[in-house]
Amino acid sequence: MADEDVVLLDFWPSPFGMRVRIALAEKEIKYEYKEEDLRNKTDLLLKMNPIHKKIPVLIHNGKPVCESLVQVQYIDEIWPHKSPLLPTDPYQRAIARFWGDFVDKKIYGLESGKVWTTKGEEQEAAKKEFIECLKLLEGELGNKAYFGGENLGYVDVVLVPFYSWFYAYEKCGNFSIETECPKLIAWAKRCMEKDSVSKSLPDQDKIYDYVLHLKKVFGIE
Amino acid sequence: MGEEVKVFGYWASPYSYRAELALKLKGVSYEYINEDIFGNKSDLLLKYNPVHKKVPVLLHNGKPIVESLVILEYIEETWKHNPYLPQDPYDKSTARFWIKFIDEKCFPTLWLAAWSAENEREKVTNEACEYLKTLESALNGKKFFGGETIGMVDIVASSVGYFIRVTQEIMGQNLLSADKFPQLFQWSEDFANCSIVKESLPPRDKLLPFVKGLIAKYQQDNAKA
Repeated sequence: MADEDVVLLDFWPSPFGMRVRIALAEKEIKYEYKEEDLRNKTDLLLKMNPIHKKIPVLIHNGKPVCESLVQVQYIDEIWPHKSPLLPTDPYQRAIARFWGDFVDKKIYGLESGKVWTTKGEEQEAAKKEFIECLKLLEGELGNKAYFGGENLGYVDVVLVPFYSWFYAYEKCGNFSIETECPKLIAWAKRCMEKDSVSKSLPDQDKIYDYVLHLKKVFGIE
Repeated sequence: MGEEVKVFGYWASPYSYRAELALKLKGVSYEYINEDIFGNKSDLLLKYNPVHKKVPVLLHNGKPIVESLVILEYIEETWKHNPYLPQDPYDKSTARFWIKFIDEKCFPTLWLAAWSAENEREKVTNEACEYLKTLESALNGKKFFGGETIGMVDIVASSVGYFIRVTQEIMGQNLLSADKFPQLFQWSEDFANCSIVKESLPPRDKLLPFVKGLIAKYQQDNAKA
């Protein structure tokens, strides 16, 4: 693997970027991390992701891969032998992809953002839906240690970055996710015992400070 | 072989169409069940897709798979002949990128351009044209997005190449025109003319009044909101 050249263009609070960091760490791939200033995007970012101009961008031997779910699958396919993230059985893979898509649509989607960007009735509705979606995920987890079974899998990698944002959500929304979804929090803490996860996620306090900063910048109360 | 394959779909749904086209490309026989999605969804549909309650649902030997893109990946991995995704992981990631682009940007914006209110239409239409330009660049001189033969990107792009073209006709719009986007236009013609595609597309004369009704409903709901 001596000729592997892996670069990750990223932004430290991005849960999408965290997914890629975790996947690369699970596979024990050495890479160069480059922090982007989203107000001042580098020429490299604009060249490697001209269509969306977004992070994360994974550059493997000079070729860019964009979109975090696409990147995680790519990493799993290029380095299949260490820590496989998707199962081998097509039906189990379909289940994993379904829940990965669900997390993207429902947990990372615009509606859940309303938990910290709105107030009053709108915020209450957003909180309710957010918790309902987390409970569905708890149902899918069941009694397994991880969504991937005995080890971290695709859905774990896709969802766990969001744990770093939970404290900010709780403070802004004035609620406790652990009270509503204790099994999910237990799962998240179990994931955090792994270096690949704990070293890829920023401190919850730092994310909360970042959210407060965003609220100021966008004039959100 | 004892394979039991069923598709719960809706005749006019571009998402449902993807699942059917994929099975046809693989030569897999299936039973099609049309769901009354605007009226009364069947108990079976709600049992097989409790989370989203939508079509399409693929049922393979009693096991449900839902979400059209998840279904397409499942079909590709289960019936390995006539592959519609590239083998190389990098090329596969490129295909998946374009699929996401079509589903999240291109198709929704084109649909919005059809029914959005007068004051918003110009902005949305401009955005849609930008997306069409970008999508055209993915063809890069090839006959299909998949190369010489239909690939997964083509299957997903059918929502733009066929369903949106029908919508455009109703609205008197001509965004996907031969002068503005010659390669993309040619692709949509070549694609719709493939016998395997033709035999499974919902007929234009049935689709036109249906989409007309749907647009009217969207415009009504939007005006009330």
